[in-house]
Amino acid sequence: MLEISKLVKRYGRDEPVLKELDLTVEGSSVVSIVGASGAGKSTMLRCINRLVEPTSGSIRLNGTELVALKGAALRRARRKIGMVFQGFNLIDRLTVMENVLAGRLGYVNLYQAISRRYPREDIERAFTLMERVGIAHYANKRADALSGGERQRVGVVRALMQEPEVLLADEPTASLDPRTSEQIMILLQSLASELSLPVLINIHNVAQARTYTERIVGLRHGKMIFDGAPDDFTRDALDAIYGGIESPEEEPVAPANPPPAQRDRGLPHDAT
Amino acid sequence: MTRPERGATAPRTWRKPPFIANPWLRYGAWLLLAGYLVWAFGTLPFNWERIGEGLPRAARIFGGGFPPSFQRADLLLTGFKESFQIAILATLLGVLLSIPFAVMAAKNIVPRPVYLVGRAVIIVSRSFHPVIVAILFVAAVGFGPLAGILTLTVYSIGFVGKLLAEEIEEIDWGQVEAMRATGAGYLATLFYAVFPQILPRQVGLSMYQLDSNLRASAVVGIVGAGGIGGTLMNAFGRYDYDFAFAILLIIIAVILVSEGISGWVRKKIW
Amino acid sequence: MVDHSQALADRVWRRYDRKQRLTRYAVMLVTLMVVVWAVRDIDIFWPWVWDAPNQISSLGARMWPPDPSGLGQILAAMVETVHIATLATLLTILIALPVSYIAAQNTTPNRACLWLGRFILVSSRSVNTIIWALLFVAIFGPGVLAGILAIMFRSIGFIGKLMGEAIEEIDRRPVEAMEATGASKLKVIAYAVVPQVMPAFFAIVILRWDINIRESTVLGLVGAGGIGVILQGAIDTFAWPTVATILIAIIALVLIGEAITGLLRRKVI
Repeated sequence: MLEISKLVKRYGRDEPVLKELDLTVEGSSVVSIVGASGAGKSTMLRCINRLVEPTSGSIRLNGTELVALKGAALRRARRKIGMVFQGFNLIDRLTVMENVLAGRLGYVNLYQAISRRYPREDIERAFTLMERVGIAHYANKRADALSGGERQRVGVVRALMQEPEVLLADEPTASLDPRTSEQIMILLQSLASELSLPVLINIHNVAQARTYTERIVGLRHGKMIFDGAPDDFTRDALDAIYGGIESPEEEPVAPANPPPAQRDRGLPHDAT
Repeated sequence: MTRPERGATAPRTWRKPPFIANPWLRYGAWLLLAGYLVWAFGTLPFNWERIGEGLPRAARIFGGGFPPSFQRADLLLTGFKESFQIAILATLLGVLLSIPFAVMAAKNIVPRPVYLVGRAVIIVSRSFHPVIVAILFVAAVGFGPLAGILTLTVYSIGFVGKLLAEEIEEIDWGQVEAMRATGAGYLATLFYAVFPQILPRQVGLSMYQLDSNLRASAVVGIVGAGGIGGTLMNAFGRYDYDFAFAILLIIIAVILVSEGISGWVRKKIW
Repeated sequence: MVDHSQALADRVWRRYDRKQRLTRYAVMLVTLMVVVWAVRDIDIFWPWVWDAPNQISSLGARMWPPDPSGLGQILAAMVETVHIATLATLLTILIALPVSYIAAQNTTPNRACLWLGRFILVSSRSVNTIIWALLFVAIFGPGVLAGILAIMFRSIGFIGKLMGEAIEEIDRRPVEAMEATGASKLKVIAYAVVPQVMPAFFAIVILRWDINIRESTVLGLVGAGGIGVILQGAIDTFAWPTVATILIAIIALVLIGEAITGLLRRKVI
């Protein structure tokens, strides 16, 4: 269970990016976080694994307070939090397998890391996960030789190698074409239920958020202004989140050619 | 001067707009240059009498130098062998040591005090020409190749360390973030997210440094730090101009070959 | 469970395949052998090596504190050093430009000129400044002239080579357009070549001036003028605190030179 309470992040003396944010995620739910650029989505995710230092507030993962951790304790906490990045952030010059095994860096010692002598179970796990997402045949290819969708799969597997208790995904589909990004969303959705893992996804694409996640959280200017099921995510909520700032990438209303998955679920009730 | 009221029949003039728009600055710059030249030539101590003897001396030196004499080939060979050994060992030591110093001197991955220390080491070792460093090491550890190795090690740390530090400062930060997110420690992050990104540059720089150490090893010998430079200095000192020119020719040949090899290897690896 | 262990056995993962590993071992072995040869064969008295840290720190101790008494003389020598570097750089430009013109593939008048130009560049670059200085001191006697000539002869190759490359990289089309207007060779250069290589020219000259400042600090060690003369004198008389002052002055000079070149680069280019 991930509990965020009264989270504040302020860069320098500017207006806080996050203003006393509260959020609780339980069980294996897939939560999407929507909001305009600069609403604080990315900062919130990065506060959870402390790539960004929160100014104040509390973040607890399965009872452990993350905000106060330092050094080795912080690294032990981080390995329980998987993260998938928008730009994939793979180590381009290393092979796919090395990138995947890098997910175990929080567990192995320095000698094992440098000499690539990972425990047998890790390699086994790596193969299993790569087979699951369909990239096992690329194991010895260099990461920069792969296509965008394949690279993001490597990123997902790397995060899962950590045996995480929660998975964070920061705009995982923003650098991908529409078709590939749907595949990645489906993958995240099914992995969440297979591994009974809570997943937090920052996403710009509201249509995908509605289709592939069970809960939508809307942020605006560092405050949560919507929290509910996709079906409750009305036109009003959308306007409240994005209104007057910018239009989201893809509006859920009256798409000329709605993706098949969305049609299955029925059109949003505010469709004209 | 054209006046507007002459209308369409007025001859129109055009001049290229000057490089420096402000005329004061423009003529000031020329004046400054002229003033500098007068000052510099006026204050520099030229010994015209001695310089006047130059041409006959040049004739004597080149007359004595041709044809170059390769008779003392064994001396030549020993000198070059030592230069190679100095260059190889100094490159190895210098390149290995330049890695920690480069990490220390990269603003983005170390705390500020460490950065300042690393930066200072690199600035100091780059400020001194290798010959000055060589003179100091000769004074400290005596004549011979040891002083040469120490000198070129310092030289390599300065050069490779600086460029490597700049490379580290420009790495893709996302990879570092990704490694931190897995819970990797500082050193593991360094080995996974930083070193792979700078590796091609490191290999290229090492090859380049081997080449420039070989060049430099020819001159540090002039102040007594071992290698072919010492042999050259001795030949000059004893007015053995034919042997000196033979050494010079071989130095040029070796430098050209080494430049070719190092360029080829760098192209291959890139 | 047999199946499972079989699967595990198949799933052995190695960073490199067999051939890559052999190549890597071969490269490592050759490197190791060269290093072992160099270490064993080199003419070093090893006890001195273990004593070197002591010797170096004792030399450092003798230098401390720096003695500022000769500062006036040192500053005068510094000015002389800067003069040598600056004058040599200015004079080099006059020679290096025509050489680079005939040494560039696309502007050279004929093959003989091309090879002449290349020969000048290679011989200039292959001989170190110090060695040039040695030669000119033998010819013209100790003094600043030998220093200026030494710096010049080394810089011709540097500026000439880089300018030649800059000329080779120019856009051909303006040259053709100028030729099509019926302009003479010199006019084509003035209108189509010079404007294109101007930024490179400033960058290269500024870079070389920076290098020449460093190089001119050592000319004096072979008698070719500048701060090196005083440094050599101080070392010969074991005046280590004065040596320390000179070294600090050299660092300051080099840093000031770097600051000036940085400023020029931003202003001019």
